Amino acid sequence: MGKSIVDKIWERHIVHKEAGKPDLLYIDLHLVHEVTSPQAFSGLRMKNRKVRRPDKTFATMDHNVPTINRQQIDDQVALNQMTTLEKNCREFGIELAGINSPEQGIVHVIGPELGLTQPGKTIVCGDSHTSTHGAFGALAFGIGTSEVEHVLATQTLWQSKPKTMKLEINGALANGVTAKDVILYVLANYGIKFGTGYVIEYCGDVIKNLSMEERMTICNMSIEGGARAGLVSPDETTFSYLRGRKHVPKGEIFDQYVENWKALASDEDAEYDKVIEIDGSDIAPMVSWGTNPSMTAKVDGSIPTEAECTTELEKESLARALAYMGLKEGQKIQDIRIQHVFIGSCTNSRIEDIRAAAEIVKGKRVHPGVRALVVPGSQFVKRTAEEEGLNRIFEEAGFEWRDAGCSMCLSMNADVVPSGEHCASTSNRNFEGRQGAGARTHLVSPQMAAAAALNGHFVDIRNLNKVEAL
Amino acid sequence: MTGFQELGGKAVVLDRANVDTDQIIPKQFLKRIEKTGFGKFLFYDWRYKAEGVPNEEFVLNKPENQGATILIANENFGCGSSREHAPWALLDYGFKAVIAPSFADIFKQNCLKNGILPIVLQEEEVKLLIAKGKEKAVILHIDLVEQKVTDHEGFKATFPISDYWKTMLVNGWDEIEITLQLDAKISAYEQANNL
Ligand code: SF4
Repeated sequence: MGKSIVDKIWERHIVHKEAGKPDLLYIDLHLVHEVTSPQAFSGLRMKNRKVRRPDKTFATMDHNVPTINRQQIDDQVALNQMTTLEKNCREFGIELAGINSPEQGIVHVIGPELGLTQPGKTIVCGDSHTSTHGAFGALAFGIGTSEVEHVLATQTLWQSKPKTMKLEINGALANGVTAKDVILYVLANYGIKFGTGYVIEYCGDVIKNLSMEERMTICNMSIEGGARAGLVSPDETTFSYLRGRKHVPKGEIFDQYVENWKALASDEDAEYDKVIEIDGSDIAPMVSWGTNPSMTAKVDGSIPTEAECTTELEKESLARALAYMGLKEGQKIQDIRIQHVFIGSCTNSRIEDIRAAAEIVKGKRVHPGVRALVVPGSQFVKRTAEEEGLNRIFEEAGFEWRDAGCSMCLSMNADVVPSGEHCASTSNRNFEGRQGAGARTHLVSPQMAAAAALNGHFVDIRNLNKVEAL
Repeated sequence: MTGFQELGGKAVVLDRANVDTDQIIPKQFLKRIEKTGFGKFLFYDWRYKAEGVPNEEFVLNKPENQGATILIANENFGCGSSREHAPWALLDYGFKAVIAPSFADIFKQNCLKNGILPIVLQEEEVKLLIAKGKEKAVILHIDLVEQKVTDHEGFKATFPISDYWKTMLVNGWDEIEITLQLDAKISAYEQANNL
């Protein structure tokens, strides 16, 4: 029987195995941010422990940093969290991309960008969207703060081997259908816990043809389906993305690495605990209408009706979601009016996302009454976009152009959606209150968000030219 | 952490599915750098109306539910963000166990590491407890060693837990301490793999 990439990575990382216990796994890369780490460092200090491998640990600040006027931070509690991270990194000898670093950005954007993320690595971070790094064929998952402390102290984690799921998407995507729509479609059809207990391996023609950035968008939202990790077997796309990045070895060593990485890909005859097959041509541009990511419909569709619910619990969830969202059952998706647009977050804030949105915005104006924000995922993405003149396209259209951070994805900083208002957001969670108390989030692709900004409501981006003619 | 073999107390019913960690503890309270003091922010947006006025309709605010130590909820409890602030808030409020038909993976781990017992019961059993709890306060007894949940009126259910976690919780052991005893093995692994 062949092995899947998860089997291979797992075997290579077992430090200690004992019957009746989880395996003790070695961790190759530990990413740290300001919100989920302070208590872990205090834990170390209390017990007089040190960080075992500061050289395998990398920190940045992203969750509560301001994305405007960085010189002056008014939120004292947030500032305290940032200076605490600085202090901790200094004391324990950890490299930090701080608020003024040219490398600063959302932890899941900069890991790949700097080449820290590599195939075959075990990668953890005190953040559930660590699954993003799986796009490179790494086993990457989110952990809690106690586990952060454990990894800092021992560079290992006790883990039981998860089950494996193969999610195969074949065929081709229609024009206007993006990686974001693929994962939203999966969630709309399989729900928010189909992946609980599994690592999802994405494969098939559609995945093969995606760029690294698009693969990251899909792996990013594995956790929205309940899976701690999602990954893609590495291939030429992966290797050419990595070549020349800062933390990736150069020359001959790189070639040796590539040989090693190639061997990681799942064997043809690998066995999985579960297999799901999807036809890529069924996927349309998607828009979430409710309060969890599975409450999502095709842009030319409508919100479900109570009559379509099969269980009492479903009925209640629908009613609760509609009450929160201020929407009606059966309402057409394209009739939802929006007041805010957020292009950003670790799901969709990389350069290709910014380019795709700019393409739609070019030469147009933001709809009156809509406030629109572009928050690049890293300062590097920001600089690249500025070199290409994309910031001017957005600014001329009436968008705000910001510094890198999580921003309106979770609104821990000042970027908040007011209560009762609708936001077309390229982020990953539409939970109640996520973008602000009472805020109403609609998860979409960058292209859809850009089109919504121009029109004040959702439009079928497959017919963009027709919409303009109206 | 101190170990325990059994727990007992009043159970409160939160009859919702997919309760995410953003609801358990909203982001505006994640800026603290301590592990304590999160209890007053637990379920903040449900527990309080604007300006911090308690919402009397919410279960935790009902007089008969004061002093509850066990929380009963529907499927997929704790989904979403990995924030350990969620179990810290539950613990700080006074909860020692959560009962549900299923939990999100990271949340479950985070509970165990903080000595909160995540108890998975059959859907039918949870339904029964929810129905009971809606009428009057339910007093439950949880036996970790025997893996049993009971009440005085004949309710009886068993729950799964791995031997590993049972031992850890019963003894109140520190996982890092245990791992550090394997230090030589970790070093050997690093050497063998040129790390
Ligand atoms: S962008 Fe959003 S989802 Fe991603 S790490 Fe930041 S807060 Fe989490």
